[in-house]
Amino acid sequence: MSARIAVGTALPPLVLPPISRTTLALFAGASGDTNPIHVDLDVARSAGLDDVFAHGMLSMAYLGRLLTGWAPGGRLRSWRVRFTAITPVLSSPRCEGVVTAVDDGVATVEVSVRLEDGTTTLRGTALVDLT
Amino acid sequence: MAVDVARALAQPIDPVVALVERGRLRAFARAIGDTDPVHSDVEAARAAGHPDVLVPPTFFFSLELEADAPLGWLTDLGVDLRGVLHGEQSFTYHRDVHAGDTIECRRRVSDAYAKSPTRDFLVKHTDFLRDGDLVAEADAVVIVNAL
Repeated sequence: MSARIAVGTALPPLVLPPISRTTLALFAGASGDTNPIHVDLDVARSAGLDDVFAHGMLSMAYLGRLLTGWAPGGRLRSWRVRFTAITPVLSSPRCEGVVTAVDDGVATVEVSVRLEDGTTTLRGTALVDLT
Repeated sequence: MAVDVARALAQPIDPVVALVERGRLRAFARAIGDTDPVHSDVEAARAAGHPDVLVPPTFFFSLELEADAPLGWLTDLGVDLRGVLHGEQSFTYHRDVHAGDTIECRRRVSDAYAKSPTRDFLVKHTDFLRDGDLVAEADAVVIVNAL
């Protein structure tokens, strides 16, 4: 498997459908992140926002799908992401990754999440053990 | 800096003990559209060599949220949660974790620093233990904006 993975290898992108309010409600319950700013329009407006926005950890969970769905048998060892912009409700995140190094069977993957308008909402690095 | 650094670093955070539940993992998989059955179906997980349903990579964050007041460590420092942003998140994995496992989340503020007079950064480190063995670690960088 690792023979096919080299510097420059792109992971198959994961493109999500628009994030609905239902998805935010389900994720709030399942993840335990019940901050009302993500599900309650009244609270969002009281904070000066026009609308609710998605949990950052929802986008990181999508990136987790990208990584665990790639290279079957590979193991995610560690990863770090920076949240760089909020994800408005109804936007469609696109998760991408590209291999930037392979050392001793461990791939370094630069990962990112972008929205349709080009905004990068997450950026980070993952180490995936391919051995 | 609005946050008292010495106090932040010294203040213990109550540990959280959480049982990993199959139903919760299934709900989590459904919410994020995860179609890999090892994260939701016990038979599929066993067929793949796991003892039970496998915890997905970011679910560790959710284990900590089992605390009665998950953000109490911030409000105890006098932080106004309306000014809080999640800046960074990292995970390191040492062992697979499965449904049925009981995980202790040991948390502490590992770093605190000011970026400007109105913006502080707090780093929360969490060790996840199963029967005393370290199975995963997480760091969350929290940005605190003075309101």
